Amino acid sequence: MSIQEVNRTGTSELEPAVEMVTLTIDGFEVTVPKGTLVIRAAERLGIQIPRFCDHPLLDPVGACRQCLVEIEVNGRKFPKPQASCTIPVEPGMVVNTQLTSTVADKAQQGVMELLLINHPLDCPVCDKGGECPLQNQAMSNGRGESRYEGKKRTFEKPINISAQVLLDRERCILCARCTRFSDQIAGDPFITLNERGALQQVGIYEKEPFESYFSGNTVQICPVGALTGASYRFRARPFDLVSTPSACEHCASGCDMRSDVRRGKTLRRLAGDDPSVNEEWNCDKGRWAFKYAHQDRITAPMIRDESGELREASWPEALAVAAEGLSVNRSAVLTGGRVTVEDAYGYAKFARIALRTNNIDFRARFNSEEEREFLATLATTTVKYSDIDQADQVVLLAFEPEEESPIIFLRILKQVRKRSLKVVSVAPFTSRGNSKLGAEVIKNVGNEPSEIASLALTSKSVVLVGERLAEIAGALSSAKALVEKTGAKMAWIPRRAGERGALEAGAIGNLLPGARPVKDPAARVDLQTAWSVESIPSEPGLGTDQILEALHKGDIEALLVGGVDPFDISRDAIEGLKKAFVVSLEIRNSAMTEIADVVLPVAAVVEKSGSFTDWQGSRRSFDAAVSDSLQRSDLRVLSMLAEEMQRPIHLPTVAAASKEIAALGTWDGNPATFAPSASIASKVPSENQALLTSWRNLLDEGTLQSGEPNLAATAKKAECVISADRAERLGVKDGDLIRISNEIGSMTLPARIGDIDFRAIWIPRNSKGSRPLLELGTCTHSLVTVVKA
Amino acid sequence: MPFSDSHFDAMTKIIARYPRSRSAIMPLLHYVQSIDGYVTQEGIEIIAQKLQLETAEVNAVATFYTQYKRKPVGQYHVGVCTNTLCAIMGGDAIYQSLLEHLEIENDGVTADGKVSVEHIECNAACDYAPVVMANWEFYDNQTPESAKNLVDAMRQGNPPAPTRGPNRLVSWKEASAVLAGFNDGLAGEGVQAGEPTLLGLKIAQGKAGENR
Amino acid sequence: MSALTPVLSAFWDQKDSFTIAGYKRNGGYKAVEEALSMEPDAIIQMVKDSGLRGRGGAGFPTGMKWGFIPQGDNKDHYLVVNADESEPGTCKDTPLLLANPHVLIEGVIIASYAIRANHAFIYIRGEVTHVIRRVQQAIEDAYKDGLLGKNIRGKGFDLELVLHVGAGAYICGEETALLDSLEGFRGQPRLRPPFPAIAGLYARPTVVNNVESIASVPSIIEKGAEWFASMGTEKSKGYTLYSLSGHVKNPGQFEAPLGITLRELIEMAGGIRAGHRLKFWTPGGSSTPMFTDAHLDTPLDYEGVAAAGSMLGTKALQIFDETTCVVRAVLRWTEFYKHESCGKCTPCREGTWWLVQALKNLENGEGKPEDLDKLLDLCDNIMGRSFCALADGAASPIISSLQYFRDEYLEHLRNGGCPFDPAASTIFEGVGVR
Repeated sequence: MSIQEVNRTGTSELEPAVEMVTLTIDGFEVTVPKGTLVIRAAERLGIQIPRFCDHPLLDPVGACRQCLVEIEVNGRKFPKPQASCTIPVEPGMVVNTQLTSTVADKAQQGVMELLLINHPLDCPVCDKGGECPLQNQAMSNGRGESRYEGKKRTFEKPINISAQVLLDRERCILCARCTRFSDQIAGDPFITLNERGALQQVGIYEKEPFESYFSGNTVQICPVGALTGASYRFRARPFDLVSTPSACEHCASGCDMRSDVRRGKTLRRLAGDDPSVNEEWNCDKGRWAFKYAHQDRITAPMIRDESGELREASWPEALAVAAEGLSVNRSAVLTGGRVTVEDAYGYAKFARIALRTNNIDFRARFNSEEEREFLATLATTTVKYSDIDQADQVVLLAFEPEEESPIIFLRILKQVRKRSLKVVSVAPFTSRGNSKLGAEVIKNVGNEPSEIASLALTSKSVVLVGERLAEIAGALSSAKALVEKTGAKMAWIPRRAGERGALEAGAIGNLLPGARPVKDPAARVDLQTAWSVESIPSEPGLGTDQILEALHKGDIEALLVGGVDPFDISRDAIEGLKKAFVVSLEIRNSAMTEIADVVLPVAAVVEKSGSFTDWQGSRRSFDAAVSDSLQRSDLRVLSMLAEEMQRPIHLPTVAAASKEIAALGTWDGNPATFAPSASIASKVPSENQALLTSWRNLLDEGTLQSGEPNLAATAKKAECVISADRAERLGVKDGDLIRISNEIGSMTLPARIGDIDFRAIWIPRNSKGSRPLLELGTCTHSLVTVVKA
Repeated sequence: MPFSDSHFDAMTKIIARYPRSRSAIMPLLHYVQSIDGYVTQEGIEIIAQKLQLETAEVNAVATFYTQYKRKPVGQYHVGVCTNTLCAIMGGDAIYQSLLEHLEIENDGVTADGKVSVEHIECNAACDYAPVVMANWEFYDNQTPESAKNLVDAMRQGNPPAPTRGPNRLVSWKEASAVLAGFNDGLAGEGVQAGEPTLLGLKIAQGKAGENR
Repeated sequence: MSALTPVLSAFWDQKDSFTIAGYKRNGGYKAVEEALSMEPDAIIQMVKDSGLRGRGGAGFPTGMKWGFIPQGDNKDHYLVVNADESEPGTCKDTPLLLANPHVLIEGVIIASYAIRANHAFIYIRGEVTHVIRRVQQAIEDAYKDGLLGKNIRGKGFDLELVLHVGAGAYICGEETALLDSLEGFRGQPRLRPPFPAIAGLYARPTVVNNVESIASVPSIIEKGAEWFASMGTEKSKGYTLYSLSGHVKNPGQFEAPLGITLRELIEMAGGIRAGHRLKFWTPGGSSTPMFTDAHLDTPLDYEGVAAAGSMLGTKALQIFDETTCVVRAVLRWTEFYKHESCGKCTPCREGTWWLVQALKNLENGEGKPEDLDKLLDLCDNIMGRSFCALADGAASPIISSLQYFRDEYLEHLRNGGCPFDPAASTIFEGVGVR
């Protein structure tokens, strides 16, 4: 019998043909690509060789010795059994596993017995019990009883190696998966193998906890219960959990995930396996920030009564009040960047049909007209993770991948490690993430557009434009001109999971669903036909800032908002909102609840089905993980509201929306036009002034991270990065307090001296003690005064 | 001890010996022991900083090797070989008698901080068994009595010279500097070889001396 | 007649043998002049022709090892000398370096030239302060003499030589662990392939040779491959250092052609200590299966020792007389292997942990005869199951001692404890202990 391995990669025509090797395992021939390890060639035949240290995404180490097999090459047998996880296949190789070799079988049983002599028999209280590779393989490849009568090695039971990861050294079998992951994949060698021999153990340096953004992956790949997560510890048995494939709602990386739910409550989330996106990893935010959905939920509709207080109301009453309030001439919709594709489509359709307006924007953050036009031209691009794999260089423009899209960071780091991929970043200073990437950092704060224009790229280069680039006038125009000149690929990386999907769904004033330009009559005809309506407003709607300004002036009377935190947009956005009739679709009480006239509760991501479109433009669908939730999706509520307004949008279910989106397809007419914007001359700071720069750290005060103190405890402490000469001028050293102020307010933070542009300072944008948008009314590229506190 | 600029200069010199800086981690750890007497946290942190490594990586290396001490040792650190050959030839008896004599446990330090004792593995001097090392200098052909005399002299501040070593026994910190690669100028002192080393040569010379 | 052939040790009796002046006075550094006038490949051929095999234990042909280094690859090449002499019983490189470090340096220059390396390292164990001083001084003196550095002897060859001091880890004697240690990592063996000849130090082509192997090279250059090959036996050519220790009248170093027997060596050492007889011995350190008085006439060359069921190893002949408890001896070696296991592989890390407990029980007379079979089965589960040979070395003394002295183990069980008096084995026996 012979099994032919077909090349499974869809894009094989771009790559050289893979040399194939045929060998025999347990009497069966198998043909696999050259370089395949024996253990994986056996998997192709369905032959499972027991293993612990082996992991397909980590460098082989051959430490546990559980996968020993007999190997013969050219008729010569290796004198000893070999670790099949370290030996690449060779033509004509003959492998005998435990199934056909008594030597291999005895070797494996012997190793298993040795692994267990110092392993505690605490399976009944171990989180791993029931899903433990050691437990399972001890049953399948071990002996029933140990012959060991001696003393077991003991260690202090679990120690916290960070606030969120615990280590039980007694259970550890020293496979080095966690240490290899931290070093090879995350670039954070904060955990290491320490000591030697029988005392060897995983550990941290005692003053430096395991505060890697990717630490949770070590818990997931630990083949025993040595590493456990603080939030899941002792909470459940794996067989009590219902697992549902899901998509991460945090950033635009697009991770495949798994949600494990027991009795209506998510107890843990794991990284799913999608080789084209997150491989088998995710970040700690994706893994552990899910308890927001358990907290402070709005469970019933509420309306504001005559006295100005919110009171619970029935759905019919609340819908009636909302419908009446929204039935005005001038209204708008703000959706925020966390909506699913289907919900975004619902808002987009609701705006056009129920409110008869193009005044809709998902950008609950900094926004400009330059950006909106830029996005319209980019809405259908499909740069992929695989383009990073093949790039001759990756350029990061106002984008900190480790903080803002961590799986993109891992992918770039993988290529840096594998083939020394060149990385260039336009940023105020070399962040830890950029330092791990070995990035060349171009630091010229205020002059980014001209720096971008002078980058030397090729058609094999990949430019990753961060959402923050919009904050620098003219920078997006400069980036666009650059790629047009060089033929480089360009992708836009929003920070939130829903933005790309919302853009494509038309939740923005210049695009209709399917990225159809509003201005294009043919585009409008498409929608009029599909939606069976007589007309679609023909002028582009207002953007977020314009909507807020109009609210302020009273030019817009009613506003529908879905999942927007006004303080993400500006310090005083809330003032404008107070003047209008506001209908808010929310899962939790928020600043918006404070001022809304009608509050309609909606489902959290785990309680509904839907999909997110990641930065690549790829959609990942998911089902409700909490299947029996009584909460309704935004889409369902919008549909009910539209009916109440007697302008139905006919989207009763996610499936209906999905079908409609598919039927509409993507615009293939004339592309949206882009008029470049000029850059604005950089402000020149005087002696004690600086140009403020900032971004959001991955772990910060974001509302979706609330309710998980263990995760929060690993967040970076807020610091203000200043240059060495500024430090000297101010007479401060690392850790000394400095005050940053402007005409609006001031903040005091510890200083950290870094390689930052001498004109600039950097602070985190939304961390404890550092929320510049609230305190200073600005967060980037504006002048502040910096003094020693 | 706080590290000074001259210490940092020495560390820079150590790093400069190697084509790749990480290779300097072991001599740097020896060097830290020559300043602090053992591998202190400050030492680990400075090495990490100098080599641009995480502290965990330096710690991982420091804890792998037996010669790097996690706590202070005596001014004279005595190692009694108790690997099989020396143990049987008398190393076990020497080791036990030293612990009893000094009233310390393995890896313990006398209250005056002068002497610490550990049992060590084979030190490549089997033809001089039983062997005792002090600050990694050879004291050959020891007995319990000679070893006790040795540590007594150490406590009085006048240890005898090593059997095969310089004319005086240097301190633990001084020896650590030698291990870090700093020449203390004592290479010329002491015998070139002991009797067992020369035994075969002497026998050969008795018959024929024409080789080479 | 004497079977001895002092070459390396020929001038060790001169007080200044370790100085550059002393070395030169006795003809030192002549070979390097000659070698630098030769084609590098001719040197490799000469070493191949001499039949020199690795003196660190494995006996791999040195010239062949050099020949594996890819030439014309535009990569840096490295020579690394393994001076991490730590195998129990082994005590040849240490006295050699104390008495004459320059012969090693001369060998390093020649070998580096042959393999086109411009950077060499001597990785020496850290527990020998005075030896480190001598080697350090010798390197400095060689630099001063223009034997190291740029354009050596005007021949256009550059060589930097760095002494790297270890810190107490037997495993670093394993060549790939040594390389990891030299790169600043924990000294744990690396996966092979790639072999050091292709990707060694800093992933560049690297030769790792034992001190004695490299130190033997100048004599080959000077006196010729034929001269070298004229000594020794058919497949084990040349002279070597045999280190005799333990219960002999006069322990010490004996430089002799390969193939000499223990009977001859013991005779030169003045016999077993008075009033006692040979019980067991190791031919090449504790990792090599032990021999008994039945093996006195086994030729001590690579083939002879292998044919008798052991390995020549480092030619560390540890001699034990009948006062020695073999169980105690083996237990202590096992404790050594447990202490020195790097911890990477399960069979070694956990196996040595278990073996120590099992042997302690036996030494204390606890257990039952079947435990000996369990012990052997455990050895079978450890031997050849790990990455490097450390655990094999741990199993060797146990298996071989059970082969020759099974009854002594049983006697412990019958006796309910060790039947031997440890005081009787000491050299100060009779002098009165405590």
